[in-house]
Amino acid sequence: MKHKAKGAATETAPGPGGTAAASGAAAGVSGPQGGTDVEAVADEELTPEELAARWEEDAAPPAGPQANFWASLVTLAIGIAAMVLSVQLDLGTPAEPRPGMWPFLVSLVIAVLSVTQLVVGRRGGRDGEKFSKLSWLAAVGFATLLALVALMPLLGFEIPAVLLCFVWMKILGGESWRSSILYSLIIVAAFYAIFILGLQTTIPHLF
Amino acid sequence: MDSLQPVLDGFGVVLDPTNLLYCLIGVVIGMLIGVLPGLGPAATIAILLPLTYGVEPVTAIIMLAGIFYGAQYGGTITSVLLRLPGEASSVVTVFDGYVMAKQGRAGTALGIAAIGSFIGGTVSIIGLTFLAPVVAGFALDFGPPEYTALALLGILLVATISGGSKIKALIAAAFGLLLATTGRDIFTGAERFTFGNLGMADGIDFVPIAMGLFGVGEILYNLEERHRAAAVPVKVANVWPSRADLKQSTGAIGRGSVLGFFLGILPGGGATISSMAAYAVEKKRAKDPSRFGRGAVEGVAGPETANNAAATSSFIPLLTLGIPANATMAIIFGALLIQGVTPGPQLIANDPELFWGVVNSMYIGNILLLIMAIPLVGVFVRILRVRGAILAPITALITLLGSYTIRNSMFDVLLVVIFGAVGYLMKKFGFEPGPLVLAFVLGSLLESNLRRSLLVLGGDVGGFFTRPISATLLVIFVVVALWPMVKAAFDRRKSSRHETSDNQEVKENA
Repeated sequence: MKHKAKGAATETAPGPGGTAAASGAAAGVSGPQGGTDVEAVADEELTPEELAARWEEDAAPPAGPQANFWASLVTLAIGIAAMVLSVQLDLGTPAEPRPGMWPFLVSLVIAVLSVTQLVVGRRGGRDGEKFSKLSWLAAVGFATLLALVALMPLLGFEIPAVLLCFVWMKILGGESWRSSILYSLIIVAAFYAIFILGLQTTIPHLF
Repeated sequence: MDSLQPVLDGFGVVLDPTNLLYCLIGVVIGMLIGVLPGLGPAATIAILLPLTYGVEPVTAIIMLAGIFYGAQYGGTITSVLLRLPGEASSVVTVFDGYVMAKQGRAGTALGIAAIGSFIGGTVSIIGLTFLAPVVAGFALDFGPPEYTALALLGILLVATISGGSKIKALIAAAFGLLLATTGRDIFTGAERFTFGNLGMADGIDFVPIAMGLFGVGEILYNLEERHRAAAVPVKVANVWPSRADLKQSTGAIGRGSVLGFFLGILPGGGATISSMAAYAVEKKRAKDPSRFGRGAVEGVAGPETANNAAATSSFIPLLTLGIPANATMAIIFGALLIQGVTPGPQLIANDPELFWGVVNSMYIGNILLLIMAIPLVGVFVRILRVRGAILAPITALITLLGSYTIRNSMFDVLLVVIFGAVGYLMKKFGFEPGPLVLAFVLGSLLESNLRRSLLVLGGDVGGFFTRPISATLLVIFVVVALWPMVKAAFDRRKSSRHETSDNQEVKENA
């Protein structure tokens, strides 16, 4: 609720006249000129409203119209596909529903809502988050998790787990070489002690 | 209400050494993840689901519940000391808590928050003790139509109250319902959406979905989120609040307890909303609202009391109606189902040990938390020095290895990773994973009740409106569903008529 109100305020702010926009621009310019010290001090004395506004500024920008278009299209496609599959399962009648009835209703809801979202969100909206350069980190993270799943049955969990820890700390987390290697080994040793020696689980292991 | 015996027996269950240990483990983990920004209680509970397989149901739920309310205590610490809310429910605590810390009153803020949390939690447990049997007794008469309406309303409320796009949240919820239909149809035995895959015949399991969407999804999401470096914590001295501070916050704690208790029961309510509501109430009631944001002790006491009261009372709909009120409760619901316990109106009568054991464990948990939150606060602040880059692979490994141990199946681990990617993408595209998981757990209950109702009512959908309870619930459903549209239309008319005055109002509201 609060966020919405804020959004409305910022959107309409330039409306009434040039003065608001001009003062906003002036404030924007004075920030960098004032240097970091001034900014840090100002940062400490923010009111709750200003603090919330600053958090909102720091947050990633919303996903935008294109993301909304494609996301709605994907959910619409799944909804329609599920409707077709449900019809094949036999709908029956309301008095005697067959297996397809409920999935059909649910996928109909998905399809209708997706079309609505396609229209309502055509200008973007404030939800979601744009992909940034940092999104590669999540992609790499996902790839390493898949690699762990693929390698575990072949090599046991120890070596893939050490590699995963190392990649996550050094490449994704920006840790130093030394601490990345050291912590990777310690972490996996601890997991070995807990899962294999302690709990005696049957997780595939080399040693 | 005539027999207090089961309530007392419940204490016997809690005092069992194993249960005490798991209660302690739960609240310590809850406190930890509350302190650390990143993983929330829902994700943590999802990740730790494999731990619950080896223990008794009551022990498992005692631990999971401890994580949930423990996180409410922990989230306060970073809000006050570092202006980093550890949990969403502690965001408003930052406004006055951090200012208090700057003024050298960090100890007071933390002490008041801990005491308020303890009181809020305790009030809520007492409320739970008396209200839960009443609600359950009322719900015993519920037939399939009532359950259908209740489940529909619960899902709708959770979806529409969550932040972000409501339509997208509803789409996510519908996907949860669709996912729940995979596998064998319980009425006819027909296989649905299995694509001839034998592994899918039993449907998709709840655990990989919860661990993937909440656990791995959040881990991946956090990888790209660079948390601002934690500043050097303010030194904490004198944690016990003064008598004047206590006196000043008595009202706030009282109001927070009541407000949190009732907001926690509502589906879609819970800790976050009640903390915000409590802050707003305190600010509105104050003689001098300008004090808020400048270190008003009520601004810490109210929200912190409310979020803990709500965390406790949100167990009521779960344990008495079998309808989880929020995403975290949905995971606990799933954990109970895994254990072969179906929460619902019969739970108190059929399984009093579990019910009262869990409820009474919250007293113990809150006492443990009070002990940890006041004298041991320094220890938890030190945890903040552990860097996120080192924690991330640990949580990832716990999740993956844990998911393997459930059925010794590499396929489950793969599912967790894939649902992790789905959860990450959902977040990026503005779909909340919470409604999906909640709808997924309620999916089969909703479908079977709908089909039974249709059989009972002879296919006449209008029959839902001839029964008072189901009619009321469905009317609320329609109102909640249509309200955003009505409101949007109303707002548009109003804003087009007088833009400038509307602007003024917005500023006042903010």
